[in-house]
Amino acid sequence: MITTSTLTTLAATGPGFLSPTGVEIAFLLVGLVTLGAAVVTVTTKQLVHAALWLVVALGGLAVEYLLLTAEFIAWVQVLIYVGSVVVLLLFGLMLTKAPIGRSPDADSGNRPVALAVAVAAAAALVWVVVDAFRTTWIDLDGPVQGATKVTGEILFQHWVLPFEALSVLLLAALVGAIVLSRKNKAAAEAEALTTTAPKKPTTGPKKEQR
Amino acid sequence: MHLAYPAVLAALLFCVGLYGVLARRNAILVLMSVELMLNAVNLNLVAFDVWLRDALHAGQALTLFTIAVAAAEIGIGLAIVLMVHRNRGTSDVDKLRDTAEAAADDDPTDADEDAAPDSPAPKAAEAAA
Repeated sequence: MITTSTLTTLAATGPGFLSPTGVEIAFLLVGLVTLGAAVVTVTTKQLVHAALWLVVALGGLAVEYLLLTAEFIAWVQVLIYVGSVVVLLLFGLMLTKAPIGRSPDADSGNRPVALAVAVAAAAALVWVVVDAFRTTWIDLDGPVQGATKVTGEILFQHWVLPFEALSVLLLAALVGAIVLSRKNKAAAEAEALTTTAPKKPTTGPKKEQR
Repeated sequence: MHLAYPAVLAALLFCVGLYGVLARRNAILVLMSVELMLNAVNLNLVAFDVWLRDALHAGQALTLFTIAVAAAEIGIGLAIVLMVHRNRGTSDVDKLRDTAEAAADDDPTDADEDAAPDSPAPKAAEAAA
């Protein structure tokens, strides 16, 4: 009862869906672009195009953050995701000798099952979310809530301990990636001398390249 | 702005990522789909943070943490994928079946994740560690 009463006071029932504001129209259009780019990312046959469409999807999400007045998150999204994660993925595609053109085996055999699961999950989630937040209104006026000043103050006053722990995590991930990349150089030469026999012959067609 | 717009967009993006994780064969494309799912969660966090006007802005702080953890995850994941590719010559997740049950060889849609104790794959265990 308490939660429902607070929710109804927080909701403050804005205008209906049939009279959208300008921010809503912009959010809807950018959201359509983002969703379309995401769908192309997971369905295209060309692997490099998938990474490039992922740039469109992540950039669209940065615009959505800006429309939600979370500007620092938006720029962090552009810097980290569009700037580094996609470049890392492209490096990974190149280093694993991904085919540049169309690859007919980009999708595995359980594609209908995946489609069924995704459609069922989408239907359930959208139904529940729309039913729950149909009348909830975000008040975007007033002071900007995601300004860099606000975020910096919050992050370094209240969240400074998780922030430092996160830096340790990043260092651990860096060291882990280096260890994983270094180990196969020494271990591969050692195993090439000793344990070529127990490998299964059906693991890959290009195994002799190493 | 209605909260339904970002919430529905986040739900749909999550399901698109879910489809990609389940349907893709290349391991790097699976990682891309995981990134889509993480971004859907981030959008939800930001939208609910702006709606609730949290004094601590826990949603935005958690979004920043999620982005950093996703960056670490993509680094480690790509290192693992590159190592598997170097050891196996492939990065298709369908072909990395050394830990599957022996009876599942003729049924490729019913992959079992339990490790067979007599699996002749020391490298797969090493790559998964």
